[in-house]
Amino acid sequence: MIIPKLAFRNLIGNGAKTWLNALVLSLSFVAIIWGQSLFEGMDKEMSKVTIDQQAGGGQYWAGAYDPYDPLTIDDAPRTIPADLAAAASAGRAVPILIVTGTIYPNGRMTTALLKGVDPGQKILKLPFGRLGGSESGVNVPGLIGTRMAKSAGLKKGDTVTVRWRTASGTFDAADIEIVDLFETQVQTVDVGQIWMPLDALQKMTGRRGEATVITLPTGIEAEPSFPGWTFQGYDVLLKDIKNLVQAKSLGFSIFYTTLMALALLAIFNTQILSIWHRRREIGTLIALGMPRGRVIGLFTLEGAMLSILAAAVGAVYGLPLLIYMARHGWVLPSGQADSYGLALGKAIYPAYSGGLVVATTLIVLAATTIVSFLPTRKIVTLKPTDALKGKWS
Amino acid sequence: MSRQELIRTVNLTKIYPSGDQPITALRDVNLVLSGGEFAGLVGPSGSGKTTLLNIVGSLDTPTSGSAVVLGEKIETLSHKKAAALRNHHIGFIFQTFNLLPVYTVYENVEFPLLLLGMTPTARRKAVRDALAWVGLADREKSRPAQLSGGQSQRVAIARAVVKKPDLVLADEPTANLDAENSHHILETMEAINHDLGTTFLFSTHDDKVIRHLRRKITLIDGRVADDEIKPA
Repeated sequence: MIIPKLAFRNLIGNGAKTWLNALVLSLSFVAIIWGQSLFEGMDKEMSKVTIDQQAGGGQYWAGAYDPYDPLTIDDAPRTIPADLAAAASAGRAVPILIVTGTIYPNGRMTTALLKGVDPGQKILKLPFGRLGGSESGVNVPGLIGTRMAKSAGLKKGDTVTVRWRTASGTFDAADIEIVDLFETQVQTVDVGQIWMPLDALQKMTGRRGEATVITLPTGIEAEPSFPGWTFQGYDVLLKDIKNLVQAKSLGFSIFYTTLMALALLAIFNTQILSIWHRRREIGTLIALGMPRGRVIGLFTLEGAMLSILAAAVGAVYGLPLLIYMARHGWVLPSGQADSYGLALGKAIYPAYSGGLVVATTLIVLAATTIVSFLPTRKIVTLKPTDALKGKWS
Repeated sequence: MSRQELIRTVNLTKIYPSGDQPITALRDVNLVLSGGEFAGLVGPSGSGKTTLLNIVGSLDTPTSGSAVVLGEKIETLSHKKAAALRNHHIGFIFQTFNLLPVYTVYENVEFPLLLLGMTPTARRKAVRDALAWVGLADREKSRPAQLSGGQSQRVAIARAVVKKPDLVLADEPTANLDAENSHHILETMEAINHDLGTTFLFSTHDDKVIRHLRRKITLIDGRVADDEIKPA
């Protein structure tokens, strides 16, 4: 236990130099924890809102349906399997029929996905209830998100002409009245889409009893084998979110790696200077009977202890900051999340975990120990007789 | 007071490589030093005093010949064994004191005992005894920067003798001190030599020190030119 004791004495004895290094290193600690917790928070929030409004507890996709391949959409719908139809009737599944169409808002022409959903469903947390009941007299009610409304120039109460291809391949058209707009963080249930009652869309397209996607509620075991249907779990449904967060996280890691490199450079430099300035002391330690290995251990530990000191310094100002951020979130500039294509609200709430803190501490500790050790190897080459005179052999 | 043989050198030679003309610091030095001696290596600068002290202290190795210190052959000692020899049996006093600057007086004196792995209670007693011998019991919390040259050297003496070594090697211990401090320092070392039986080997060209020596070994150009033992 002598080496830690001596290292601590030396570290504290070095005064302001020690505290300055600890402060710089603590910035890396706080930045890494804050940055990573933001991305964890972002991941959690985006996953949650996507599960709530789109993915549910998983989905069955009909035929060759691929949301990223428009050519598969019109041929994908299949008859809803009896078990899933019964589950839908009981409120334990939400069938959605998806058809490509063309809309003519304000005399312009643009493509849109027509999505039919049961207005009474309770699984997806979107205001589909506005599609049914109160809008009496509306032949085909439509519900759109605010992004779609903005891009198409539509507002509540507008009527828009929609054209689509039926199951038999003929084109048909009708006017749809926009009964309401909804706000959502999930762009993939908003942009380029018009939601309407499932029955109406099935009737319009001649696809009675058919659907493209059947969403299950969370916490229900999927039954993965229905002929013509493929079950998709979160590995597919949330893949984009994970990839996006990973890409953003990678970008941020460049920032904190730079910060950490600066801190480690400061420690490395301090160690080199320290060994140079303290060569007489090193000679004395050797003369007093300390083996070279222990002298190296002492100097390495002094550097490594900086990371522990930095963690303590970081905790002093970092904890209040991180707690404040967790409570109030990091407020994004207006519309910024939308421009990134992220399913985020107006603020990101960081999510801290024990694993994150422990991993960060271990990374910083390991990096500090390595950069502390490297310069101390010079001690092996130091002749004690020269070191005692303050020379470097 | 022990009279056992502590140091024996046989044809000890040290040559430093220096370009085309190597420097011979010691030439065929034959010397025997026994326990309890108060001896000094004297001679002009460059005569090999410090080199001989460093070899005896296992901080350096001879080029040829042999140096046996406390039964250990210096020329064949590993770094680890040399460190153990210094740690257990040899105390050093340097011209420039070489106190550890961030430690207090107490911690400086305690340091060799920490290396020995002594218990805190035993350490405390040994440090307080050593500080009492050198008359610095009231300065144990001071830092080296707060001490005068004489006080610093007394701390260095306390550090050298705290573990009660068999041998203390003092390299020009009074070179940075005034006459009064030198006198006090020498009296302290004589008292320790007398009371504890610790062997002292000095390297010096200071007349004040030479007057206190009981054995004067004169080195000139790396050779033992004279070995004079004062009558008791």
